[in-house]
Amino acid sequence: MELLFFYLFGGLAIAAALAVVAFKNPISSAVSLVTCFFAMAALYAMLNAHFLAVIQILVYAGAIMVLFIFVIMLLNLRGDELKERGLHPVTKILTGLSIASFAGILIWIFEPLKYAFPPVPETFGTVKAVGTLLFKDYGFPFEYTSVLLLVALIGGVVLAKREL
Amino acid sequence: MITLQHYLILSAALFSIGLAGLVIRRNLLVIFMSVELMLNAANLVFLAFARYRNSLDGHVAVFFVIAVAAAEAAVGLAIAIAIFRNRGTVQVDELSVMKK
Repeated sequence: MELLFFYLFGGLAIAAALAVVAFKNPISSAVSLVTCFFAMAALYAMLNAHFLAVIQILVYAGAIMVLFIFVIMLLNLRGDELKERGLHPVTKILTGLSIASFAGILIWIFEPLKYAFPPVPETFGTVKAVGTLLFKDYGFPFEYTSVLLLVALIGGVVLAKREL
Repeated sequence: MITLQHYLILSAALFSIGLAGLVIRRNLLVIFMSVELMLNAANLVFLAFARYRNSLDGHVAVFFVIAVAAAEAAVGLAIAIAIFRNRGTVQVDELSVMKK
């Protein structure tokens, strides 16, 4: 049963990822990426990472992709996209083959790792457990991430202004 | 039965698809989206190993990866907007001002 869900959500994630790369219209790519993120959130939940599955949907699908779609619509890229000359088809095929061989090497490396998952306690991956770790052991990176977000905020505002 | 290998192979496939999108596509925004896809593949590996080793450190790592990806997406999109205002295009082929 769990295997069925894994193949279902894994297949959806891979199909959506291929759709991101293949669609000409960037809005279609963005919507496929949202689908991929929902499938990934389901996979995270299967790995007992409940807190992070919800964070993935809230932050990645709900904030980052909304930002992407706003920017695509702001730049109004409908007409420009059709003029994407792109690479020569032979170059695309060769690139695809080399990346496929890279993936093949990775899969060959991962071949002997057929380890089953051990049972984990009920509190694994809950908000309380991850939050305790964030505030106790990883307190400094956690607080410093707020500085990072402040820097990104200021940088984003300055870069997108019409006149400084 | 699902093993660690299943998640690693899925993550390798997603990472490779993101890498292909990064190299093949010429639109800056689709390139950004491919980078986000690669980051998600790495998150999946973090969580698979955290589950395998019964350790929540992987979850904390994913938390920070998501936070950094959000910051990076914001700044990257602001740069894309600034480029579009100056050059009128987001096709990376035409953004070669520094090339001779």
